[in-house]
Amino acid sequence: MGKTLFDKIWDSHVVQKLDDGFYQLYIDRHLVHEVTSPQAFANLKERGLKVFRPNKTFATCDHNIPTLNQEKPIADASSRIPVDVLGSNCRENGVRFFNMRNPGHGIVHVFAPEQGITLPGLTMVCGDSHTATHGAFGTIAFGIGTSEVEEVLATQTLLQERPLKMRITVNGKLNDFVTPKDVILYIISKLGTSGGTGYSVEYAGDVFRSMSMEGRMTVCNMSIEMGARFGMVAPDDITFSYVEGRPFAPAGLLKDPESDISSAVKVWKELYSDSDAVFDREVEFDASDIEPMVTYGTDPGKAVAITGVIPECDESGREGLKYMAFSEGENMLGKKIDYVFLGSCTNGRIEDFRAFASFVKGKKKAADITAWLVPGSVEVEKKIREEGLDKILEDAGFEIRQAGCSACLAMNDDKIPAGKYSMTTSNRNFKGRQGQGARSILCSPLVAAAAAVTGVITDPRSL
Amino acid sequence: MPFEKLNKIKSRVVCVPDENIDTDQIIPARYLKATTREGFGEAMFRDWRYNTDGSPKNGNVFASSPKDSAILVGGHNFGCGSSREHAAWAISDYGFRVVVSSFFADIFNHNALNNGLLPVMVSRDFLARIFAVHKADPDMELSVDLTERTIEIVSDKVPSAKESFPISDYKRHCLLNGLQDIDYLLSTRKLTEEFERRPENNMVKARI
Repeated sequence: MGKTLFDKIWDSHVVQKLDDGFYQLYIDRHLVHEVTSPQAFANLKERGLKVFRPNKTFATCDHNIPTLNQEKPIADASSRIPVDVLGSNCRENGVRFFNMRNPGHGIVHVFAPEQGITLPGLTMVCGDSHTATHGAFGTIAFGIGTSEVEEVLATQTLLQERPLKMRITVNGKLNDFVTPKDVILYIISKLGTSGGTGYSVEYAGDVFRSMSMEGRMTVCNMSIEMGARFGMVAPDDITFSYVEGRPFAPAGLLKDPESDISSAVKVWKELYSDSDAVFDREVEFDASDIEPMVTYGTDPGKAVAITGVIPECDESGREGLKYMAFSEGENMLGKKIDYVFLGSCTNGRIEDFRAFASFVKGKKKAADITAWLVPGSVEVEKKIREEGLDKILEDAGFEIRQAGCSACLAMNDDKIPAGKYSMTTSNRNFKGRQGQGARSILCSPLVAAAAAVTGVITDPRSL
Repeated sequence: MPFEKLNKIKSRVVCVPDENIDTDQIIPARYLKATTREGFGEAMFRDWRYNTDGSPKNGNVFASSPKDSAILVGGHNFGCGSSREHAAWAISDYGFRVVVSSFFADIFNHNALNNGLLPVMVSRDFLARIFAVHKADPDMELSVDLTERTIEIVSDKVPSAKESFPISDYKRHCLLNGLQDIDYLLSTRKLTEEFERRPENNMVKARI
């Protein structure tokens, strides 16, 4: 029987198979940030240990940091301390820290692919549930808790049970104005927030094959929103071209047969699910059924086509509607919006800013909209300026902030006030996620842009 | 962090029947700034328990439940969302040793087990029964036996009901003995070094 992509990578990382379905897995890359690592480093120190393989751990700060005036010390001590603690933990252990003064700085799931830290065929972990983002490169990447962060720091391995396998195939051609974000919101709306729990998901079919790396990252990023810790796409020429030339990637030109990257590509080309590989669950969708999506409730599975109406809900769903002050049967189009957030590890990449900028070009931000445009990394911010997107955005009444997680989880000052509606390109619309009492509607950068210029939920196809 | 061994627990319960309780509800992000593990119980379900001005919310289940409850019962798909282990720390710090639901999100499940907080997965029917009995008899107790892998509803007012729950032998052993994965992993360094030396594991020479 053939092997799935997941099996091939998993099997090549087993240090030992234990009784009872547990595997000791070797971890190739460990990403850490300031919120889920301090207690792990502290415990390590208490045990009298240092990081076992410091060259395989990479740190950044993203959750707490301000998105304005990053040149100055962080004013809020409760945010500054975890960042400083991470800095000293990295210094003591010889771990690379991409702090705010580093040109490679960014959100953990944005900077690592940019730096070539993320490569096909690896095992990667981070104390962050959106770690499946890196699965876009055909790598096993998953979120872990702080106890597990400590385990990886101490041993470069983890004990894990092998997950079930699901393949989600989307064939056909996407309609105009339908983006990778709409694809994943559509999938989650069909499978529900626990439909993927216990599974590693492989995304297959025409739609993902023709998608850019940025798009694949958006899709894999949100795997956890249907409960799946793992989401991945088999690597191909699009992947190899993206990886080439990045600082931590194998060196050499693709065309040089003797280069590191050529030998790497040879290995990476074996990373696909064999035709006779068996999945525990197969799901198929037709690309042409997918429309621009918006959420109406308080979990990412409560999403409909933007032209749709709010469906009938169960008791938990009605509780969510009450929080949103929405009712069953209402149209989503035309609902009043107060805030627009473009950014996060889901949609804070250059393509997202290109999409937003191309839409608002020549238009004006609605007067009563507050918009926060937050690049996912310093690199993204640099590209925005190089490509002149900043001018287009400024002319339309928008300003660019500095890289960080920002209003996705509102740990810094970027909080949506209670009762206000936020059209957000981030990944979670949980109650209070973007600020106490804030009401979040998940959408793509294009749908966010349309709301930003009209002040209400607007079908981008109608402008 | 070491935790107390766990075997048998009989306790009154606190019920939060909502489905898909995410870890942002269990502990909001603004409480994740501490760099130590202690004291997160104060922030557990903070926005369910307190108004924005800090006053207690009327009718919140935690205020009206017995303070000595060691068992929290939650709706289907408990602990979804963010990987923050602070959620497990907060629930433990508040005083719970067991969380019961008909389904747990993966990362929460891992985090709970690594902190001596036992996730007990019951059938949907059994969960509905707990909620129904609790409504009729708020003093009902749950009796959990980890060695036997059983959970029982104990009430003066209704006949008892019992179900077995799944947990791997390994994780059961860890909880019964107060052990974490790291205690084992630290003893395997030689194996890891052998793994690192295998030639096939150096095929891709990334520049790190």
